Order: sequence, then C-alpha cells, then structure tokens
Amino acid sequence: MSYLTLSISLLFVIIPLVLSKTLNLGLEKDTTIAAIRSIVQLLAVGYVLQFVFDSENMVYILLMVVLMIAAATHNAQKKGVAIKGIIWKLIVTFTFVEVLTQGILLGLGITPPTAQYIIPISGMVVGNSMVLAILFLNRFTSEIETHQDKTELILSLGGTPKQAIHSQLIASIQASTIPTIESQKTIGLVQLPGMMSGQIIAGADPVQAVLFQLLVLFLLLTTAVLTSIMLGYLSYPTLFNQRMQLLK
Amino acid sequence: MMTANPAVRFESVNFSREEMHILRHVTGIFPKGRITTVVGPSGAGKTTLFKLCNGLESPDDGEIYIHDTSIHSYNPVELRRSVGIALQKATMVSGTVEKNLALPLQLQGKTLSHERAGELLDVAGLDASFLKRDVKDLSGGQQQKLSIARTLVNQPDILLLDEITSSLDSVSRQDIENLITSINRDYGTTIAWITHNLQQALTIGDYTWVMMDGEVMETGESSLLKEPQNERVKQFVEGEID
Ligand SMILES: Nc1ncnc2c1ncn2[C@@H]1O[C@H](COP(=O)(O)OP(=O)(O)O)[C@@H](O)[C@H]1O
Ligand SMILES: [Mg+2]
Repeated sequence: MSYLTLSISLLFVIIPLVLSKTLNLGLEKDTTIAAIRSIVQLLAVGYVLQFVFDSENMVYILLMVVLMIAAATHNAQKKGVAIKGIIWKLIVTFTFVEVLTQGILLGLGITPPTAQYIIPISGMVVGNSMVLAILFLNRFTSEIETHQDKTELILSLGGTPKQAIHSQLIASIQASTIPTIESQKTIGLVQLPGMMSGQIIAGADPVQAVLFQLLVLFLLLTTAVLTSIMLGYLSYPTLFNQRMQLLK
Repeated sequence: MMTANPAVRFESVNFSREEMHILRHVTGIFPKGRITTVVGPSGAGKTTLFKLCNGLESPDDGEIYIHDTSIHSYNPVELRRSVGIALQKATMVSGTVEKNLALPLQLQGKTLSHERAGELLDVAGLDASFLKRDVKDLSGGQQQKLSIARTLVNQPDILLLDEITSSLDSVSRQDIENLITSINRDYGTTIAWITHNLQQALTIGDYTWVMMDGEVMETGESSLLKEPQNERVKQFVEGEID
C-alpha cells in the first residue's frame, strides 16, 4: 500500500463526518481527532519499528520491550492501588512472562531472534499480560472486600493468611483467565483473528498464517495463566501483617 | 481469690481505628476457669475486646496477658486455637454443615471423623441429620449453634462467645446456656460471653464487665448488676433487669 492509496482511504473517514454533519450527531470533532491521532501514532510506531528492524541492534529491541512493560505497568497499577508495592509486582510479573515466553521461543528455535519476530510477539504477550493483570486485580480486590468476614473467620480458627485468602485467590485466578480460554474455543468460527487476517492480506500462505496464529494462541494461554497466578501469589501476603492479621 | 492467676488480663489497653478511639485504657481480667459476662450498649467495643484476645487485632498500646504471658509472645496460630472465638456474625464457609464443622481441623491438614462430627452437633443442639445439609438452608439460630460447635473443635481453653444466643428462641437459648455452663464445669474452660441479655449475664456469669463508649465502667462479681455503683451503669441496667 502506498501513501496515495492511504489518502484515498480517507474516504472512510469522510463518510462518517458527512453523516454526522447532516444528521447533527456531533461526532465530527472526535472522529477527526481519532483519525489524526491514529495516523500520527501508528506512523511514528512504524518508523520506529523500521529503524529498529534496520539496525538489528539488540539494545533497541530490548529498549522497546522495556517501554512496553513500563506502559503496561502504568496502565494496570491503577487497578491495584489497594495492594502495597503493586508497581514492582507488576514489573516482576510482566518481565517474567516476557522472559519465559521469549526464552522458550528463541531457545528452542521456534522463532528466529530478529526484531521482526521479537517485537510483535512481545507486544502481544505484554499487552495480554496487562489485560489479565487488570482483570485479576479488579476481581481480587472485590473478592477481598466481599469475603472479609470469611477471611477473618479462617484466621480466627487458626488458619494461615494463605488459607484465609485461598478461595478468593483461586476464584480471581479462574475468573480472569476464563475469557482467554473460552475465546479460544470459538476462534475462527465467528471471526478471524486480526493478526492472521493481516498476514493473509499481506500475502502469506493461509496455512502458514494459521500455524503462526496457533503459536500465538498457545503463547497467550501461558501468558494468561502465568500472569494471574504470579500476581496473585505476589499480592496476597501484602494484605496481612506479621501477626497474621488482615490489614484494613 | 479470683484475681489470682487470671486467664486473660488487660492492662491499660488502647485501640483506635481511623482516628476513632474504640477502646480506652481498658484494664481488667477474665478469671481463670470462670464465666465472665460482658455487657454494654452496642458500639461499646465489646467485639473489638474479644478480637484482641483472639489475636485478630492488636492493641495500639497497653498489654494483654494470656495465662500471665504477653499475648505478643504467642504464635498467632497457636493463640487462636487455644483462645477460641465464636464470632458475632456466625460466618459460614459455603458448603455443608459437615464442611464447616471440619474447617478447624482441615486447616491443620486433619480430618474430622463422622462420629465426632455427629457428637459435636448433638452437643450444640443440632440433629446429626444436619451434617449433609447446605449451610445456606440453616436458620440464623441454627448457624449460631453450628458456629459454637465449630469453635469447640479446636478444644480451646479460653472460649469467647460474641452474642451467640441473639437469634435463638428461649428454649434453644436455655440449651446453649446449659451447654456452656457444662463445658465450663466439666473441662474448666475459661469463658467470656458477650450478651445483650442482662438477665443472662447475671445468672450465667460469675464475673461481669460493663462497657460503654470503649471504656470499662464496672467489673466484679456478676451480682454488681443488681446494685451498680456508676450512675450511667445504673441507668443502663434499670428497666432491663428485675
Ligand atoms: N474495623 C473497624 N473500622 C472502623 N470502626 C470500627 C471497626 N470495628 C469496629 N469499629 C467501631 O468501633 C466501635 C466498637 O465496635 P464493636 O467492638 O463492634 O462494639 P460492640 O461489639 O460493643 O457493639 C463501633 O463504634 C464500631 O463502629
Ligand atoms: Mg459486637
């Protein structure tokens, strides 16, 4: 695709603008901002990626991954303000998930160690890890609230903090990972995954695209389960003090 | 004398939460092997007092001694097993009656035998046929009885009961009163019992605390309820006791 075809495709921005104007929907301003922002942001990312790909310098690749983890941490920490040191727990979780998945991919030679593979796959892994972290933290904080009496009961009977929080922890891990697992059951039936569609449009062999998509799906299973479990086990001890009392 | 070797001794205990004083300079004892009843209007700090003994909370300052040893020297898990508490809300974990009854042992990786479970229910005045029932289907009073039975599983030597007869009819209440007095008599278990029922506090108690606004107004032999010294205690007691 060229810049000429891209400018023609602005038709798809003009259609909603015209409709909004004639029907007085008041969407012109936001539509324009959205269009301009996506052009600027994506082109910037494109050029940065091109620069990193051309340089094939590991330092730049690493820098990109660090930026991804920083952005993911920034987004997810808002949901975990109730948990002490949540920022570090998120950084440790995202980093571990990223290092483990890339370690397996690169270590076993599943994907080549080039920016072309490392960066998009890291983006998907860290992005999904972030979504999972947000889902988990949302659920976990509400489970703690609702089941405070139960936690106190178990502590009062001589249970440890881990025993007192166990069922809330498991419920939160399950609730946050189920959407990832469930969505994979119907994949391809309703909607083609975006990445696979993109590859096919770009001219890849559909079966190759499917194989690659499967790799990503499996990767996201690990990402989902690992993120919730790690974050859960890193977080629950901060809810209690040394005397095994629930902090309120 | 009662004051010799108390099971629990509070020494100028303060406890606050979010700038609010919940307990102020609380000093007093739960005599060993006796039944202490604790009365006072709601919000007086009675529940908080018990949570401190069971180690669910810690005082801001002051000291609590359990059998003459500072509460801080106990391992929290051991403390909570030997100072058992039946919480005011009679909280249940979801599942069957048997699961709830077995909970204290399950937390130690042990199991509760079917016979023992039946015995405990019987002691608390519930039929053994309840074992497989879902706790959701129990009435408030039945949950209170189950909560007492569950607290007894750990065989505590100090037993804290927080308004455990509030949802019971008078027959069941009588049963529980008999149960608690017989536990006290047969095993020498020290008992502290929060109640709204001043008649109960007087007849069941050997020793009584009257609390108001986080402070201990009077403590002594339960007969103090008949002739309180403090003017506010007199007002509180009047009309509620014959
Ligand atoms: N966790 C808590 N946070 C804030 N205030 C509390 C908490 N627990 C108890 N309180 C307050 O402390 C006071 C005493 O409560 P409590 O010990 O339950 O009294 P009682 O059992 O005599 O009714 C009440 O005013 C109550 O609102
Ligand atoms: Mg209370």
